[in-house]
Amino acid sequence: MVHMADTRPLAPPLTARAAGYVGCRTCGKATPMPAEICPRCGSTLHSRFPRSLQRVMAWLLVGLMAYIPANLLPMLVTTTLGRATPNTIVGGVIELVHYGEWEIALIVFAASVLIPVSKFCVILYLVWSIHRRSRLDVHRRIVLYEIVEFIGRWSMVDVFVVAILTALVHIGFIAAINPGPAALFFALSVAFTMLSAQALDPRLIWDTFEQDRAPNG
Amino acid sequence: MHQGRKGQSRVQRDVTGPMPGESYLACPTCDVLYLEVPVPEGGRLRCDRCRTVLMTNRAGAMDRTLAAAFASLILLVIALFFPFLELSIAGVVRKASLLDAALAFADTLVAPLSIATTLLIIVLPMIRALALTYTLLPLRLGHPPAEGAGRAFRLAAHLRPWAMAEVFIIGVIVALVKIAGLASVTLGPAFWAMTALVLLVVIEAVSLDEWSIWQTLDRWRHR
Repeated sequence: MVHMADTRPLAPPLTARAAGYVGCRTCGKATPMPAEICPRCGSTLHSRFPRSLQRVMAWLLVGLMAYIPANLLPMLVTTTLGRATPNTIVGGVIELVHYGEWEIALIVFAASVLIPVSKFCVILYLVWSIHRRSRLDVHRRIVLYEIVEFIGRWSMVDVFVVAILTALVHIGFIAAINPGPAALFFALSVAFTMLSAQALDPRLIWDTFEQDRAPNG
Repeated sequence: MHQGRKGQSRVQRDVTGPMPGESYLACPTCDVLYLEVPVPEGGRLRCDRCRTVLMTNRAGAMDRTLAAAFASLILLVIALFFPFLELSIAGVVRKASLLDAALAFADTLVAPLSIATTLLIIVLPMIRALALTYTLLPLRLGHPPAEGAGRAFRLAAHLRPWAMAEVFIIGVIVALVKIAGLASVTLGPAFWAMTALVLLVVIEAVSLDEWSIWQTLDRWRHR
């Protein structure tokens, strides 16, 4: 017996672009093409960000380049009684584990290693999926995009930790904490990957879905 | 468009093509076109295809946004002028204000970073709170929007990812745990002001409905 699935024909959603409109991502207003400035909020209008993927990849690449010295060079230098001990990001996490501060070690590890690395991977995956016109689970890809957009800034935590320690721990000869060069590289890496995520136009993810559904279109 | 919560009726997606003279919205995530209709009270408009929340109409949303923005402004000023943290090791006391923390890198190897931290912790959150207050206060009082309100509101939207007061406070807590065994730390009023700011950031993020405010600004312009 043939089982008939309950499929109702769905009216194909009309996108602003297909209707000859440009949607403003700031205020939502759709304006008939051609339009360069949004009449409601004054933002520059793009039906899709121009060269979105190139810009995403460019920012991602410099972000990745900054992330390498951020991990190899010392993040902070602790000087106790005249003896300086440099510590990298991962070194700092290991030290926290050593002192039994599991929760804090986890926060620093998540912010400085887990989030940046998974962010690199997710952005690469999204760019690849758009480039290949993958129709793999559009909804899940949008969720990934939203997570990456939201979570990126939290990586900055470790830079602030170093700032506070530097400001507070300066007790003459007894103890002093100073930032290492990795602090600068790490902050740059976070900023660059934030710009990378911002350059990604989520509408491109949905475009691939549509082209897939209507191969002639 | 779906109308969440109260209204269960569905507004038909525009499939026949837009009509001139009508006002339309486009989903920022998937670009589906919608006829611009008023949101029912207490309701929420979601994109039919990708489920992105487009607009809400919650009673007092603008009040909450404005209150949160204005209160953050006050808390930031308090945080700037009151003691932040005080550390003592073996009788030696060291005080740090919020500005000291922001400028901690100024005379170190990574000096340029102090500009970034000052912007992220103090300047940008302040500009953002100011811009929101500037835009919303006249609207709330029933006055026409202030000169350049649109520009201010756009600025606030652009600055949102870069205003990191709440990220900073997590960093402070991590740092305090790190030195907890080494020294005793006293938390000043500025610390509590910054902690309260985190709550306000959340309230503001939940209540701010940008598209509705743009609609309101637009209506005033065409009056």
